[in-house]
Amino acid sequence: MASSPIMSKAMSPALPAHWRDFVALTKPRVMTLVVFTGLCGLLAAPGRIHPVLAFTTILCIALGAGAAATLNQWYEKDIDGLMKRTANRPLPAGRMDPQSALHFGVGLSVFSVLLMGIATNWLAAAVLAVSILFYVFVYTIWLKPRTAQNIVIGGAAGAFPPVIGWAAVTGDISALPVALFMLIFFWTPPHFWALALFVKTDYAAAGIPMLPVVSGEVATRRQIWLYTAIMAVAAMAPVLLRLTGLVYGIAALLGTGLFAVFAFQVFRRRESDPARMGPERRLFKYSILYLFLLFGAVVVDRWLLA
Amino acid sequence: MTPEEDRQVRARQKSRAIVTGILLAALVILFYAITIVKIGGGH
Repeated sequence: MASSPIMSKAMSPALPAHWRDFVALTKPRVMTLVVFTGLCGLLAAPGRIHPVLAFTTILCIALGAGAAATLNQWYEKDIDGLMKRTANRPLPAGRMDPQSALHFGVGLSVFSVLLMGIATNWLAAAVLAVSILFYVFVYTIWLKPRTAQNIVIGGAAGAFPPVIGWAAVTGDISALPVALFMLIFFWTPPHFWALALFVKTDYAAAGIPMLPVVSGEVATRRQIWLYTAIMAVAAMAPVLLRLTGLVYGIAALLGTGLFAVFAFQVFRRRESDPARMGPERRLFKYSILYLFLLFGAVVVDRWLLA
Repeated sequence: MTPEEDRQVRARQKSRAIVTGILLAALVILFYAITIVKIGGGH
């Protein structure tokens, strides 16, 4: 291990990793959306949950997401070192030895699932375990290095939190959490491919078959538009199925309308210089706001209905 | 290992020990709270 390029970049192999680097492995910024959608699933669910158990549920979702992110970075440490955006992460930068990251990721995974099972119920714990395993084995190890459709199927891993939040309260999984799962599932491709358009050179350098690298920008822009159309159906499904009411319906209609406008602008453009990809960056940023908006509306709507 | 490296290692170990201690204390409080809720039939 001492002769590996990773360790040779380290300040000193004997220097233990800083605790801040363990926190960085969990990708706290990415966790925000996961925690928020999980919280919304929990708040939208019928029934009551004690605040301590609600807090524990959200903590477990956050820890589970952090564990999956840690294991992802452990597996991709060499690839991360090839991309400017990720080269300064704790593992490729040589600030931590890989085994510590692996132990941390596995330990955090097991702890988050067990705590969820003990505090709430084992259905929520099982879904949490599936989401971690799906992200690590199906997305990171199997799909990501092999196919340009990696994030289409892999996006399911990020769609589990509202289902987990719901299951923690009710002990079951009904139509609304499935609809929310589908919304995040179909939201993920346009969200990630908008990002992939303006960081394409990074992915190309690392040999990751992201859609813009494999099929080109025109195909990516077409796919963004196509998945936006499918996502629009998923966004309206809770209203059409009468699982939510008018508040969500209006938010979904307006929010998705604006999403479609931004996605259509991206679809029609033929710009390939990342520095001039304003509309692509706007779609990426808006897509995050969009998910916050719709999930917030679900909670407000369900509370008004209750 | 030079004295400077030794000082760095000890400082890093100390900060990790403090954070671990804080986390363990937080977990004790959390598990206590969960137990009280469960015993009280809060869920």
